Amino acid sequence: MLKTFPKGGIHPAENKITSSKAIRRMPVPKVVYVPIAQHIGIPSEIVVDRKDKVEIGQIIAKSGGYVSSNIHAPVAGTVTKLDMMVDTSGYKKQCIVIRTDQKNESNFETPEFPLKKEITMDQKDILQHITDSGIVGLGGATFPSHVKLDLKNDNLIDCLIINGVECEPYLTADHRLMLEKADEIVVGIQILMHALHIQRAVIGIENNKRDAVEVLKKAAQDDDRIKVAALQVKYPQGSEKQLIKAILKREVPKGGLPMDVGVIVHNVGTIFAIYQAVQHDRPLIERVVTVTGKKIENPSNFWVKIGTPIKDLVEEVGGIPEGTRKIVNGGPMMGKAIKNTDVPITKGTSGILVISEEEASRKESKNCIRCSNCVFVCPMGLEPHLLMNLSEKGFYERAKAEDIMTCIECGSCSYVCPSHRPLLDYIRFGKNIVKKLEAAQN
Amino acid sequence: MMLSILHSTILLGSIGTVAAVILFVVSKKFYVYENPLIGEVEDILPAANCGGCGSPGCKAFAENLVNSDDISELFCPVGGNDVMKQVSQLLGKEVAEQDPTVAVLLCQGACDVRPKTTIYQGPRSCAISSLVYGGETDCQYGCLGDGDCVDVCDFDAMYMNEETGLPVIITDKCTSCGLCVKACPRDIIEMRPRNKRDLKIFVGCLNQDKGGIAKKACAVACIGCSKCEDICPKDAVIMTDNLAYIDPVACSLCRKCVEVCPTHSIIETNFPPKKVKIKKPEKPKAAPIAKTEINPEKPSTDA
Amino acid sequence: MTDERIIISASPHVHSDSTSKKLMYDVLIALIPAFIVTLYVFGISALIMTSVAVISCILFEYLIQKYLLKTAVTVSDGSALITGILLAFNLPSSLPLWMVITGSFVAIGIAKMSFGGLGYNIFNPALVGRVFLFISFPAQMSSWPVPVENNMTLVDAISGETTLGIIKEGLMYGETMSTLSMQIPSMTELLLGFTSGSAGEMSALALILGGLYLLIRKVITWHIPITILVTMAVFTGIFWLVDPEQYANPLIHILSGGAVLGAFYMATDLVTSPMTKKGMIIFAVGIAVITVVIRLFGAYPEGISFAILIMNAFVPLINSYFKPRRFGNKIKAKIV
Repeated sequence: MLKTFPKGGIHPAENKITSSKAIRRMPVPKVVYVPIAQHIGIPSEIVVDRKDKVEIGQIIAKSGGYVSSNIHAPVAGTVTKLDMMVDTSGYKKQCIVIRTDQKNESNFETPEFPLKKEITMDQKDILQHITDSGIVGLGGATFPSHVKLDLKNDNLIDCLIINGVECEPYLTADHRLMLEKADEIVVGIQILMHALHIQRAVIGIENNKRDAVEVLKKAAQDDDRIKVAALQVKYPQGSEKQLIKAILKREVPKGGLPMDVGVIVHNVGTIFAIYQAVQHDRPLIERVVTVTGKKIENPSNFWVKIGTPIKDLVEEVGGIPEGTRKIVNGGPMMGKAIKNTDVPITKGTSGILVISEEEASRKESKNCIRCSNCVFVCPMGLEPHLLMNLSEKGFYERAKAEDIMTCIECGSCSYVCPSHRPLLDYIRFGKNIVKKLEAAQN
Repeated sequence: MMLSILHSTILLGSIGTVAAVILFVVSKKFYVYENPLIGEVEDILPAANCGGCGSPGCKAFAENLVNSDDISELFCPVGGNDVMKQVSQLLGKEVAEQDPTVAVLLCQGACDVRPKTTIYQGPRSCAISSLVYGGETDCQYGCLGDGDCVDVCDFDAMYMNEETGLPVIITDKCTSCGLCVKACPRDIIEMRPRNKRDLKIFVGCLNQDKGGIAKKACAVACIGCSKCEDICPKDAVIMTDNLAYIDPVACSLCRKCVEVCPTHSIIETNFPPKKVKIKKPEKPKAAPIAKTEINPEKPSTDA
Repeated sequence: MTDERIIISASPHVHSDSTSKKLMYDVLIALIPAFIVTLYVFGISALIMTSVAVISCILFEYLIQKYLLKTAVTVSDGSALITGILLAFNLPSSLPLWMVITGSFVAIGIAKMSFGGLGYNIFNPALVGRVFLFISFPAQMSSWPVPVENNMTLVDAISGETTLGIIKEGLMYGETMSTLSMQIPSMTELLLGFTSGSAGEMSALALILGGLYLLIRKVITWHIPITILVTMAVFTGIFWLVDPEQYANPLIHILSGGAVLGAFYMATDLVTSPMTKKGMIIFAVGIAVITVVIRLFGAYPEGISFAILIMNAFVPLINSYFKPRRFGNKIKAKIV
């Protein structure tokens, strides 16, 4: 029996249609739109001005505080304007618009870095490199990585978990990355273990990616501190807390962090970015994005520069198919629907999902028949039906007492509800209000 | 037979007596003294329990009025100056006079002038859909049209206009309690002073985008052209972030700005129609929530 | 005109294909084997009574929604259909039809719609209808047609006795289990359902078959039915071991008196059962204990309908006390 987390979870249709497609390199876009709020925390501060010439990898927006991150120019070119653009949040946010310099060769050469295994830097240098390179959690949460690694007392951490679960249906970005860059990922893990003095690392991969499990096992065979754990396929295993529970059987306390149980979790994408930053001094200016959808002509995985408009990507896979009614930035369970394809790729975009007419519409919400399916599938042991009612009727204090804030917004409850009730919509709303009330109290 | 009647009478009678004694003792023992003034003040208050004063209801507000020494900060927006004057007489404390206000909607983006580019699916609530994205139209500042303000209004002073998709404020019924202002996630409802004949001039737009983008999203958007600022004799127009705002205190209601506004985003209410109509736009006048229509012939007096 | 605009909604963007309608029709499918047995045992009269119950339930729901409440009509969700069938299954097939219609009205109008319709009712509608009839018309409700013999005729006035009825009465008149065992049906008969009783509670085998289907389709979980049957067996088993002459053996209790029907179909009603697994077990134990107490010490030979209704009333309380275990609750930070 493979490991998994014990309570709740669902198994939506996997639809991983791009899992056998090697990552292609996306042609350099003519114009990139780089939002300054690509991570959780304080937006970065713009340090370039209109008409400035920027080199590839140059810092264009500096970290605006502790929980913030640098942003680098993904292409060499000229800053044409600082504009307001609708980004993945659905609102207009400040963006730096850079026109690619078509003559600058650095834009077009494919950066091929030879595998470099020796770790020459010391702990401080490594962490400094990670901070400077603007690395954030690439799994989707976009939490600045240096904050996670800045330990007050690193003796407390005894295990590093690498999240290669990719439990979202459709997405295959991490899967392909693990297959193609296994050696680099192993070096990346060694870098973190070296920097944080951790003697144990586990790579968690769901068992629907057997090939990735084998490849990583082979890559890590020389280092007996690194183990690969094949996990049972179950959503939302990619959630930090569920993953720790599945692999180590440790339970992160309510309101706590993985650090509290001696664990740090990083996504494989982040690990690869750390490898690139530390070994090759290359900041985070591109990432792997899966562009997929049942009706898409040629769904693929791409290396994409941050700031590439989604429409360029969609063009590359054969255009928006007829009857498309929804475009999702991210996976179908947790991604955000976007208004149009002008929205740029950010550090947190792991996939673009194009959904057609039949699946796009929500069904009409009916009476709750109290079937308790939402209670059974909630991985956090909550009662979504109750939280929805409390949020809808305005009992925010009670919702807080019922642990509404521990909801990880995985969407399992809305997924299973036979009456199609918008459970997560209301829970998210309730969380938002409770957060505001808490802020008002402090 | 007689005996059973007697038995039951005695039994019930004694139960009743015991219960009465318990009730009597308890009511004496747990008697809570309440200042009779609180009740009197509460009688004066409008009993709407809307919370517009900041207290959770009229009773709490009455307690507040009676217990605090200085009540010049406290005000019942629903009762207005009349009620506050009575309270002042009863309690012998000074109250501050406030100009009566009325809620106005700072958005004219009806369906025909502000095209919807997407469809939102989910609970029909502004507060929830605003968490998801900027709204069905391309204007992320304007009305979302899900009617949270209408839902909270305790006075039936608002309704959704099906045609325009915007809420309408019935000025006569509005008590300026401010619940709709709090309910709106976009802050597009403003409390503006209700002048003698309820004459108001204000910019019916909150779009901070640059002119071209704003105009593309909504035909009656403020494009930040500053024409109103230039023409205003009293410097009542404040321009910030491509958006004009008319300071109600400084405004002298001269109506010059209304004429120069190229997008008709400045609204005037309850003015008599202008005698010289120089050149009205050939397009249907884009003021769908024209508050003038509510009370065209007789300007409303203070409620 | 087809709308081509992009749809925006909050995540998740995919949905499982389960719908409340499908759940209801799964219950319907599960009832088919029992219904076939019923048709064989009680014949045409059972068919007529079931049809009347179903049609009147659907009609009452439609009329109330359309003309009284003036809300959207939702009879197509199948819940009224199931209420009708379950009501009919709980009535003797010889019951006059106007009583069946009255029962349907009580079930739909009073037990379901007056609480707010599907999902809001506290008590199982079919059982409320049944208990209403049982208390109002005790004579008709406890005269059972004799099984199999006259299943092709409409006249089945010959009154048989239910197994538990025979036992109850016999023990009251001082007989012992060993003398009574001649009168009551054999285990096989109980299992197959060729006995007297309510229309649908006959065949334990057919009912368990349908129950297994529901378990496989995950419409219900094992917690309620298995706990009820096990608790009943244990509880009656204790009495039986103490004095086998005065108390029937546990198997008779489980296979007769509608215990299986109640455990698999009535107690598991989604709307009126608790929402957590812990709560379900408490609920089921309560039902089993009350049932046995009524059967052994109460005035009625059978008691599961009352037991379920009584426990239904406790469901809100159970729901608020038995919460699922929250992830990470009361866990101290384990620092290694």
